[in-house]
Amino acid sequence: MASITLKDIVKVYGDGYLAVKGVSLDIAEGEFVILVGPSGCGKSTLLRMIVGLEDITSGDLLIDGERVNEEAPRKRRLAMVFQNYALYPHLTVFENIAFPLRLERGQFTEEQIREKVRFAAETLELQDHLDRKPANLSGGQRQRVAMGRAIVRDARAFLFDEPLSNLDAKLRGQMRTEISRLQRSLGITTVYVTHDQTEAMTLGDRVAVLRKGELQQIASPRGLYEQPVNLFVAGFIGSPPMNFLPGEVEGDVLRLPIADVPLTPELRERLADRRLVIVGIRPDHFVDAALLEEHKRDAGVTFDAVVDVIEWLGSELYAYIPFETHPDVAAKLDELDRDLDGESMRTQLVAALSSESRVRDGESHPLWFDPARMLVFDPETWENLTYNEAAVQALDEQNEQDRKAALERAAARLSAAGTTPG
Amino acid sequence: MTGTLTGRQRFWWAVITVLVLLWALFPVVSIFATSFKLPSQLNLGLFWPKTWTTSNYEQILVGDAKTLFLSALRNSIGISLIATAIAVVLATLAAYAIGRLDFPGKRLILTAALGVSIFPAISIVTPLFNLWRNIGLYDTWLGLIIPYLSLTLPISIWTLAAFFRQIPWELEQAAQVDGATSWQAFRKAIVPLAAPGVFTTALIAFFIAWNDFVYGISLTSTDRARPVPAALAFFTGASQFEEPTGAISAAAVVVTIPVVILVLLFQRQIVAGLTQGAVKG
Repeated sequence: MASITLKDIVKVYGDGYLAVKGVSLDIAEGEFVILVGPSGCGKSTLLRMIVGLEDITSGDLLIDGERVNEEAPRKRRLAMVFQNYALYPHLTVFENIAFPLRLERGQFTEEQIREKVRFAAETLELQDHLDRKPANLSGGQRQRVAMGRAIVRDARAFLFDEPLSNLDAKLRGQMRTEISRLQRSLGITTVYVTHDQTEAMTLGDRVAVLRKGELQQIASPRGLYEQPVNLFVAGFIGSPPMNFLPGEVEGDVLRLPIADVPLTPELRERLADRRLVIVGIRPDHFVDAALLEEHKRDAGVTFDAVVDVIEWLGSELYAYIPFETHPDVAAKLDELDRDLDGESMRTQLVAALSSESRVRDGESHPLWFDPARMLVFDPETWENLTYNEAAVQALDEQNEQDRKAALERAAARLSAAGTTPG
Repeated sequence: MTGTLTGRQRFWWAVITVLVLLWALFPVVSIFATSFKLPSQLNLGLFWPKTWTTSNYEQILVGDAKTLFLSALRNSIGISLIATAIAVVLATLAAYAIGRLDFPGKRLILTAALGVSIFPAISIVTPLFNLWRNIGLYDTWLGLIIPYLSLTLPISIWTLAAFFRQIPWELEQAAQVDGATSWQAFRKAIVPLAAPGVFTTALIAFFIAWNDFVYGISLTSTDRARPVPAALAFFTGASQFEEPTGAISAAAVVVTIPVVILVLLFQRQIVAGLTQGAVKG
């Protein structure tokens, strides 16, 4: 276990391309941190710099408080799981897992190696496949062998580079929980790179969102979801993604394409003299007004929506509502879509309603939302004008306590079982 | 091919295989039979010898033709091995660069190699002959090794480049993260994967050099450097009126044996090496 500290890390490639523009991160002992962002945001480069496969142009990388910028990868004692697993095709599963142990010549006896590999294989349920070659394994099994190679070692931290992107959706879900369980039970510092926001939200203690080599925000998944620092983070986190609507300020009213929202004095002040803003509302913040309790109705805004398409998913229901957007805002949102690797879609709003809702496509139906949960962004700087730092801190502190409790529970379980890894 | 063959398909495949085998092996068997014939029985019109004799082999290994044949054998083995070794080392370096690095002129190297390999040898033999005589390379080992490289290098570069291109180089990095030094990473993760390709290439290059006739006959004049395929043409019969067919056949059998043994021993690797780049790449 180790802490990893990044101070103003910069990466400039040989051709002058600035891939990482000064990222600072503090990763505590035993913490599970996710680096997430669309392709080309520098997340993999950052990970490869931590492990030592990529030179650091400037800045400091500290592992356990010790500067390791110039150390060779093997000296850093970190274990990494590669995107394509990087298994040695000429070695059996057993030898693949034992590979790092055999490199430390003389350190372990044959007996110890067998014992460690057996422990890793049992943890990952690979006992039956130890004599097979990687070519004969399924994707999920290869993935587990790659993880086995990481856990046999006395590594100071685990690094994962998009480990699940080559698996099919069902297996991905299973392996996700597997990784989460493994990390908790070993209590090992983990840095995990992904472009998939679902993985980021479900796995991480903290999630660092990157865009074009710059760190946008690092916070707990809840913190990111509820208090994104800017339009990019808001658009990246959450599925289905947040709805962005143009908002025109007219006196004390914010005019949205779907409804007029009265401005609170506080919000009015934050808006200053802006005439046009971008308003973000999460799909799940819309409620079918017909299902809403009467006393809540007055606290929010009710509007009639003409529903274009309905998707009923069993647990919930997505209603798609087209709307007219403002040309200035449309241009900004196109830019955001490009940043998010997305395509510019027709302007429509998604509402995730309760599956009991009786909304029908083509019908006009009353929907309700609470303006207090609405986010307001500056269209030029993309800054979240409704950002509440205190709320984020509270969420992160809560999250940190939960994490420590989980680690303690895991440690207690381990000592109760009388086995220690390694 | 996937799936199993039906009875009918199996039958036709068998017929085709037998035909191809007959077509390919008949000359070999014929030479083999001839090599055991007495000079006087060569023109009897029989396929198999009337009386089996090893006199032809005695002639080339211990008899009259001994100096001619054994020195040629020594030349062939030496020149082919050296040409192969140089070709494989150079081709490995070139293919490593082509497969691994991105540099301007990459395509040019491959195209040039292809161009060299389709250039007919016969058209450069005469200028080479003159040049070699002037600079003293005529009738030397080096004088043959250099043109042999022009035959073996292009194909070696192509085979190895195709092979190296599909080696997962990320393994080298994985090994380094696993605690290996750069050298250990190369030796433990890359060499085991590259070795079969290099080995196959070496075999192919060796055969090309071993089988050459055009350069061998044109650029040598004595047993200092003359390789076996060329030396066969200089065999003489016991008298002026007797053809040395038997001795030539015996020599041909002797030089074919190492090739056949090598191919039989390593056929799996050769097939894998030849098809890997093509099928999976």
